Amino acid sequence: MTTDRMDLASAPVRTVVAIGRVLRAAGVAATEGRIVEAVRALDGLDASRRDHVYWAGRLTCCGDPSDIERYDRAFAAVFGAEDQAAPGPELTPVREQLHLVPVSGDAGDGAGNADDGVTPLATAASRGELLRERDFAELTPAERQEVDRLLAQLRLPGDVRRSRRRRPSRTGRIDRALTVRALLRRGGEPARLLYARRRERPRRVVLLVDVSGSMSAYSTALLRFAHAAARRGAVPTEVFTIGTRLTRVTRELSLHDPDLALAAVGDAVPDWAGGTRLGTLLKEFIDRWGQRGTARGAVIVILSDGWERGDVALLGEQMARLRRLAHRIVWANPRKARPGYQPLARGMATALPHVDDFVAGNSIAALERLARVVSGASRAPVRHSGSSDGFDREPGNA
Amino acid sequence: MTDPADRGLLPNGVDDPDDLRSLLAEHAYLADTGLGTAVFLALKLGRPLFLEGEPGVGKTEVGRTLAAVLDAPLIRLQCYEGIDATQALYDWDFPRQLLHLRAAEAAHAASDVTALEDQLYDRRFLIARPLLAALETTPSVLLIDEIDRADDEFEAFLLEVLSDFAVTVPELGTIRAETRPVVVVTSNRTREVHDALKRRCYYHWLDHPTYEREVEIVCVRVPEVNRRLAEQVAKATQALRQADLFKPPGVAESIDWTEALVALGVDDLDPDTALRTIGAVLKYREDQERMGRLDVGEIIAASLGA
Repeated sequence: MTTDRMDLASAPVRTVVAIGRVLRAAGVAATEGRIVEAVRALDGLDASRRDHVYWAGRLTCCGDPSDIERYDRAFAAVFGAEDQAAPGPELTPVREQLHLVPVSGDAGDGAGNADDGVTPLATAASRGELLRERDFAELTPAERQEVDRLLAQLRLPGDVRRSRRRRPSRTGRIDRALTVRALLRRGGEPARLLYARRRERPRRVVLLVDVSGSMSAYSTALLRFAHAAARRGAVPTEVFTIGTRLTRVTRELSLHDPDLALAAVGDAVPDWAGGTRLGTLLKEFIDRWGQRGTARGAVIVILSDGWERGDVALLGEQMARLRRLAHRIVWANPRKARPGYQPLARGMATALPHVDDFVAGNSIAALERLARVVSGASRAPVRHSGSSDGFDREPGNA
Repeated sequence: MTDPADRGLLPNGVDDPDDLRSLLAEHAYLADTGLGTAVFLALKLGRPLFLEGEPGVGKTEVGRTLAAVLDAPLIRLQCYEGIDATQALYDWDFPRQLLHLRAAEAAHAASDVTALEDQLYDRRFLIARPLLAALETTPSVLLIDEIDRADDEFEAFLLEVLSDFAVTVPELGTIRAETRPVVVVTSNRTREVHDALKRRCYYHWLDHPTYEREVEIVCVRVPEVNRRLAEQVAKATQALRQADLFKPPGVAESIDWTEALVALGVDDLDPDTALRTIGAVLKYREDQERMGRLDVGEIIAASLGA
C-alpha cells in the first residue's frame, strides 16, 4: 500500500481529508475508502500543484455530475476560489432551510383532543380510522405526529414488467443452452427438454413532488410518503421535487430516519415554497433524466395541484412527450378531494388529457389508494365530463 | 516516485499527466487536463477508468487511442440489455464438445470415461468472451462500452471481475490476469450506475469541449480541412449546442459534419450549405423540425458573423 509510507500528517494528506469532510457535509458520499484512494492518487501526482490536488480528489470522490458541482464548491471552500475550477455564481443558490415543526407534547392522547372533532368515546382504532381520512391541510400538530407515523408505514408495492432475461420454468419456450448442457451432462444421451420463461422485473416508479407555495400544506406529508415509498417499496423509486427548480432528492431520501431524510431534502431543495413552473421543469426532467431512461417504461406519479405560472402550451407539449416515454402517468392532486372540484386550474386542465389515472392524495387513505393505482391493482381513469374543457380522449385508451 | 515497479503501465518517458497528454495528442486525441490526469492515474495505479458524458464527446475513442498508445490489442465489450456471463466472460463450445464425443465414439477410444470427460473440459473447448480474453492477453485495453445499457445483475457480476481481475471456471480453475488490463468503462447515463462499481474506478465526467479545443480537435481529426472551415464548423456546432435541442450535437457530429463538407469540396461554410448538410449534425426529426422553427440558418449565420 502506497499510503503506508506516506507521512500521514503531511499537508497534502491533511488537505485531502479536509476536503473529504467538507464533501460529506455537502452530501457527497466521500467515504473513507474514497479518501484513501484520493490520497493514493495524489501520491502518484505532484501534491504541490493545485490542479493535481483538484483532480486527484475529483476523480476519486465524485460519482455523479451533481457531485462535481458540490466538489467544486467544497474545493473552493478549502482552497479559496481563484482558478477556473471554481464554480460559477449560479451554483450557490440561496437556500431556505426546511424546519421540521416540533410537535408539542402536551396533547398526548386523551383530553387534548377534544377540540379536533374526536368524541371522547372514540377508541384508538377508530381515531386512526378518522385520521386516515383527514386532509393533511387540516391537521393539528398532535395529529400531524400520528399521521407522520402512519405515513412512515405506507408501502408502494409497484407494478411489474417483463424482463428480457429468462428463468427456468415448467412452461414457456425451450431453453436450448440449458437443454444441451443437461444433455452433455448425461454424455450426449437424449434428455428431457428444459423450458424457460421471461422473468418479471419491478417497474420503476418516479415521484415528482410539487414543493411550491400553493402546495405548502401538503408537500411535507407527500415527501414523507415519498420517503416511505423509496425506503420500503419493492420497486426502484426515483424522487424529484418541482417548484421553480428541479431537484433530485432520491439520495437524500435514502436516509433511514424520516426526520433526518426530510431535513436533508430541505437542505438540498433551494426553491421551497416558491412559484411553480411545471412545464419548464417537466421539460428539464425529461431532457436530463426521463428521456435517458428514468421515465422509460416507468410509472410516473405527479403530486401537484396543477397550478402553472408559466406557459400552459409548453406544459401540454411536455406532458404529451412524457406520455410517450412512460408506461403510465398518475396525477395526484390534493384539491381533487374538495367537494365540487373541477379541474379548472389552467395547468391541470391542459395536463389532464395526458394523464392515465387521476387521484386525490390529500390524506393517508388517499395515498393508500394512490399506491394501489400505481401497482395496477386498481384504476382511477380520468373521467371526461364533456364540459367546456374540451378534452376528447377515447375511453379505454389508458 | 520513479521506482519502475511503481509505474504501472505507463509508457516510457511519461512522468506526469502533461507528458501523457502530448502522447495522446500524437495519436490524434486531444485530452484536457482532467482527462489526462484520469488516464495517467488509471495507467499508473491500475484502476479502471469510468467515463461518463453526453453521447459523442469521445468516450469510446479514449479506449481506442489508449490501445494505440500502449500498442496493445483493444478488446471491446459492447453492453446491451440482457447481456449475461456467457456473452461477456466465457462459454463452453457445445457443438465442438459434442463432435469430440462422437469422434471418440467412432474411434472406439472411449475406454476411459474419466479421461474422455477431462478432455471435454479442456481449455480448447472454452470460448473466451471479451472479459476472459482481456485477462488472458497481456497487455491489453478492455473497453466496456455503454455499461448503462446492461442491467444491474450484470453490473454486480462485472464488479466481481473488476475487483479481482480473476475468473473462476469451475471445470478448469481460476484464471488470473498476469498484469491487469487497462479498463475503460463508458456510460451515457441513461440510468444511474451503481455506486459500488464507480467506487472501484476513477470517475470522470466528459464535457463538450471549449470552442478553441473543438477547432483543434476538428483540425487534428480531419487533416484535409482548412482552419477557417474548422473554425466555422466549431462556431456553428457550439451555437447549436446552446439552442434548445433534443440531442445537442457532440464533437463526433462536428467531425462528421466537417468530413461531409470536405467531401463536398466546400471550403467556406455559408448558411445555405449548412442547411443542406444539417443531417450530419442533427439526427432527430424533432430537431430538424424545430430547426425549421428556430431557423437554423439564422443561428448559423449569427454564429458565423460573430
